[in-house]
Amino acid sequence: MKKPDDLLTIAVTGLNAIDSPGPGIAVIRGLREGLKRPLRIIGLSYETLEPGIYMHDVVDKTYQVPYPAAGSESLLKRLIYIHEKENLQLIIPNFDAELHNFIKLAPVLKEMGIETYLPTQEQFDARDKVNLFRFGKKHGLLVPNDKIISSTTELSACEEAFGFPLVIKGKFYDAIIAYAMEQAQKAFYKITAKWGLPIIVQEFITGTEINIAVLGDGKGNAVSIIPMRKLYITDKGKAWAGITLADDALLKVADDFVKATNWKGGCELEIMRTAKDELYIMEINPRFPAWIYLTAAAGQNQPAALAKMALGESQPVYTEYEVGKIFVRYSWDHITDIKEFHQVSGMGEL
Amino acid sequence: MYLKKNIATSESGFIFNPSTGDSYAANQAATDILQLLKQGTDPSDVKKQLLEKYQVDSLRLEQDWDDFINQLKQANLLES
Repeated sequence: MKKPDDLLTIAVTGLNAIDSPGPGIAVIRGLREGLKRPLRIIGLSYETLEPGIYMHDVVDKTYQVPYPAAGSESLLKRLIYIHEKENLQLIIPNFDAELHNFIKLAPVLKEMGIETYLPTQEQFDARDKVNLFRFGKKHGLLVPNDKIISSTTELSACEEAFGFPLVIKGKFYDAIIAYAMEQAQKAFYKITAKWGLPIIVQEFITGTEINIAVLGDGKGNAVSIIPMRKLYITDKGKAWAGITLADDALLKVADDFVKATNWKGGCELEIMRTAKDELYIMEINPRFPAWIYLTAAAGQNQPAALAKMALGESQPVYTEYEVGKIFVRYSWDHITDIKEFHQVSGMGEL
Repeated sequence: MYLKKNIATSESGFIFNPSTGDSYAANQAATDILQLLKQGTDPSDVKKQLLEKYQVDSLRLEQDWDDFINQLKQANLLES
């Protein structure tokens, strides 16, 4: 069958629509709904049981790609192979851990005719957990104070500076709230064993957690800002239901962040609103969140807007969205066949 | 004493605070109060209308009124 002349082929990662979901499926849903043109979606997967691989109404074809730790050269080699087969026009990576490689490869991919829409390595590094406090200080953004430590002996200084409870955080993932020194030491060892050093010890900020999905154009403009409050949270702290909010102060924090950094691409701000109405930036995730489809449902389709901007098309700044729009996630036992599993496992593509 | 401008209320008694995402269910008397406050009706006039509509004496009304207004304050639904 002949491919339509205006067929757009976009590769997307994060097909792990599991209990701690990657954003890929939600991104694809936004693209399919918002781009209104023939679309071929290529999934890029790391694991053989990422549900999206088997969801053929969502993903047209999937290729396995090497783990980020294999480095950018391995990834490039694989992408060259995939590009020869699929003629990719755009790649939207959705995992924190893979972004470094994709940012590094962006100029090479562009030469190959593949667009990306990513922050610079400097922007990416600046918002890293390890640098977050200094980042906030530099840009006048409210961020919890922290200390970066490599030994349990440094915990006493953290106690002196912030008092208990303390938040003990891994450099990539995991956070444990410690209410006493013994708990803090235990948390230090537990997280170090999993994620290595350093450990981030953060002052504990209590309040209401709010998340903001943001799309920046790389020139200091926030093309879209959608704040959401989690209504139902899983034991992994992930939103299972959420609602869009209207609050000028939240929009301002996101806008200030984009202006200060010239952020390019999608990101998620994790905000804590204290009883005094202070808005602390707790974390900045450098890619779309898993709940990104809510932005489309609320009237600001961020994945589609990102794709348009990446392809050099005009995308006006969104100003309106529907407040009180709710998402409720659900689980579904998708049925596939052993042949498909075999195909992915053995051939690395389906 | 005014309800915050952005607070959404429905005739069926549903209250939604779009700044926080909190929602509440109100009974008929509370719904009446909220509708009147939203229209800018003075609290003393609201109380008069409640005394006319419901079988309640003024002492009990004052107690319930204070209790309800406290709930609205705690829920951050009133203009400060």
